[in-house]
Amino acid sequence: MSKTFDPRKFLADNLVVVIFLVVTAFAVPVSGLSAQFIIQELFTRIGRNAFLVFSLLLPIMAGMGINFGMVLGAMAGEIGLIIAVDWGILGVNGLAFASLVGMPIAVFLGWIAGEVLNRAKGREMVTGYILGFFMDGVYQLVVLYMMGYIIPIRSPAITLSRGYGIRNTLGLDSVRQSLDNLLAVRIGPYVLPLATYMVIGLLCVFIIWFRRTKLGQDMRAIGQDQGVSHSAGISVERTRIIAIMISTVLAMIGQIIFLQNMGNMATYNAHKQTGFFAAAALLVGGASVSKATIPNVFIGVVLLHLMYIVMPRAGAQLFGEAQIGEFFRDALSYAAIAMALVIYAWRKRANAERARAGLRGGEAAAGGVK
Amino acid sequence: MSNESPLLSFEGITKDFYGTVVLKDVSFTLGRGRILGLVGENGAGKTTLMSVLFGMPVISETGGFSGTVKLDGQAVSFRTPFDALDAGIGMVHQEFSLIPGFTTTENIVLNRESVKPNPAVEVFGERMSVLDRPKMRARAESAIGRLGVKLDPDMLVSEMPVGHKQFTEIAREINRDNVRLLVLDEPTAVLTESEAEVLLAALRNLAAQGISIIFISHRLHEVLSVCDRIVTLRDGRVVKDTDAAGVTVADVASWMVGRDVDDAGRKGAARDLPGAALEVENLWVDMPGETVRNVSFSVREGEIFGIGGLAGQGKLGIPNGIMGLYPAGGTVRLHGQAVTLDAPRAALDAGMAFVSEDRRGVGLLLDESLDWNIAFTAMQIKGEYLKTYLGGLVRLRDEKAMKALTEEYVKLLDIKCTGPKQKAKELSGGNQQKICLAKAFALRPSVLFVSEPTRGIDVGAKALVLDNLRHYNRDFGTTIVMASSELEELRSICDRVAIVDEGRIAGILPPGAPLSEFGLLMAGQKVSEEVQP
Repeated sequence: MSKTFDPRKFLADNLVVVIFLVVTAFAVPVSGLSAQFIIQELFTRIGRNAFLVFSLLLPIMAGMGINFGMVLGAMAGEIGLIIAVDWGILGVNGLAFASLVGMPIAVFLGWIAGEVLNRAKGREMVTGYILGFFMDGVYQLVVLYMMGYIIPIRSPAITLSRGYGIRNTLGLDSVRQSLDNLLAVRIGPYVLPLATYMVIGLLCVFIIWFRRTKLGQDMRAIGQDQGVSHSAGISVERTRIIAIMISTVLAMIGQIIFLQNMGNMATYNAHKQTGFFAAAALLVGGASVSKATIPNVFIGVVLLHLMYIVMPRAGAQLFGEAQIGEFFRDALSYAAIAMALVIYAWRKRANAERARAGLRGGEAAAGGVK
Repeated sequence: MSNESPLLSFEGITKDFYGTVVLKDVSFTLGRGRILGLVGENGAGKTTLMSVLFGMPVISETGGFSGTVKLDGQAVSFRTPFDALDAGIGMVHQEFSLIPGFTTTENIVLNRESVKPNPAVEVFGERMSVLDRPKMRARAESAIGRLGVKLDPDMLVSEMPVGHKQFTEIAREINRDNVRLLVLDEPTAVLTESEAEVLLAALRNLAAQGISIIFISHRLHEVLSVCDRIVTLRDGRVVKDTDAAGVTVADVASWMVGRDVDDAGRKGAARDLPGAALEVENLWVDMPGETVRNVSFSVREGEIFGIGGLAGQGKLGIPNGIMGLYPAGGTVRLHGQAVTLDAPRAALDAGMAFVSEDRRGVGLLLDESLDWNIAFTAMQIKGEYLKTYLGGLVRLRDEKAMKALTEEYVKLLDIKCTGPKQKAKELSGGNQQKICLAKAFALRPSVLFVSEPTRGIDVGAKALVLDNLRHYNRDFGTTIVMASSELEELRSICDRVAIVDEGRIAGILPPGAPLSEFGLLMAGQKVSEEVQP
């Protein structure tokens, strides 16, 4: 809006980013890690995490805040992977198969999440978070008791010794890094997972295109004012459900990409922190609860993971204890989320006050009508 | 023109809400390309009539209406506002319904965007088609052109001056292909005079293009300058339906308020009261929907001072602001002592008390007993009805004194209840209001503010509440400032009545002044003291 650069406003708008930059700027030299190692790690982690973070964009556009309910999609992806491993489908085909299995589950869970969030308007984030905990219980019921019992599981290698239920750790050897290695390109000392990047690029194109569609326009309208959108004839509830469904499906695919890179899966824990990490990355990238862009995703993934790479080593170098660095990076990530929420609430109030400022102060401020 | 069939006609519209008749046999017609001014006081039935026209759910939920609405000679009955929109009726509300982060163009074509189809449409439906921005912009520009105003199609609504927002709203309505009738509810209320002028010119422009307009406004000079015909509603009836030519503001004002216009010199001779109890200078209050811009007045010792005016003009903001419930500024002096604003405690400590218009929200602790409710503020502010033990370390409620107090007021105000321990929410509206009064009386204030004391209570209870106020004033000499939408009740008990318009005091009149003068003040006509007869 203002043409002149206001350093205070810039700082207030980008406080979280600036703090992360300062902290990592100190930690990088302290850690003693080589630039080559850090950069290679970053390339890997962008491929691993960016897709998951992207799944948060649409609900933010629709004014529903950060969709912590995306863990539902992650669970759907995990169920898809379990089936793919059990059926012994190898490589990229296995990933595609896992996505196909996960798709209807994610659509269904996304629909449920959307219905629930429509009944909790204004409190979407905390509701989504708790919904994730609840669905975790359902997931355990399905994976721990029904698989091998109601849902046929043939491979004894992945079932618990009692005959049903899936083992705590699932080796994903059949699909490990199959997408990353499909088109791995070596540039100088670095290896780039080009196929994964292409999938992420495709998603970016999709999101840019989606914003220009009628549905995207409706989501933006609803995100800003539900009442006005409703009176203009946009079906608010339905559009919000669609936003959550797309987000859940994207999270499902994102979790499959994440796990193929990791190479194994903690059956009962892999999804627990997914929402938290994705949210932290997005907010660290300079997004707010009401506005997030594609650059926010990339900046956030790079910054957050740069810190995750260097912090344990920095802690070890400084205090002889890697744990301290780990505690510190966790605390900072939570602080980033808390701060983003507080700044958002504070800014919303400041804007409301500014909007009414013209009415205050009697004649002088009101422009002296009459 | 007159032999042509009218575009819209109301025939014998009658509507009641649970036995209260709000519209009675309302009939009038509106021709093509004509502008009709619909005027009336709050509660005269304007809003209800428009709800009937638009098929608002509130009408059918409360038992529908009788009579017929005809559009183009065809009887119509819309089930939802969307049906009315489809039939070519547009509505511009007083509050803006625009998306702040969208541009003018995006708002004008909201949910009617031009689109280009693509393969995804075949699979996922219409909503996957891509917006055709150049076409949207062209449509917006043509709507703005029809309106005949200057608007930047690419400007964000959040950055617009308020007048442009209003134009954007109107442009959105006329962007519909088939719009034939436009209803504007107080469109100029938030505009400056020069902006209002441009808007009126735009309306004439639209009418010249054959669009009929219903113009609802309390600024009567605007109604007179733009309308071809004026329909005045009072108490749900059409009291006057006339051509605008030759009509003066004073005429319309007296039709609006007047039962009988010349009933001057009524109840109660003017009292001679000494000294000023409360002086207010340049008060502003930021109360949403009741903004006070610049108000100065002085209330004499022992006076009942009335504050009247139409809803939303700021009369309720005055007591709320002085009592510290909303952000406020200016100077308020009580018996010469400056009162700290923005602090309810300071206002109460200074010896003022407030009976809020929000009885259930601010006035009462609904889930608590009557004695609690009545003694609560006195307990908090003055430390009364408390027993002290251990040299002041422990203070407990004095149940006996509270009971005695409650019984005293139950008798004094004739509160119908089962006893001091009954819950406040179980009482009727009128009795709840008396509890609120008792709570304020228990503080023994030197100045009592009463806001809408008779809102939502039945006729008998109204008289009792007003009687109580009058007696309290006469018996204890308490100065009372009363804000109310009901002019009649202000005139019946007040010594002087100030009329608030657009956040300012338009004038202060004795209760015996002719109704037409009150009407003029409400219509935004400043009447200076000298001109009064």
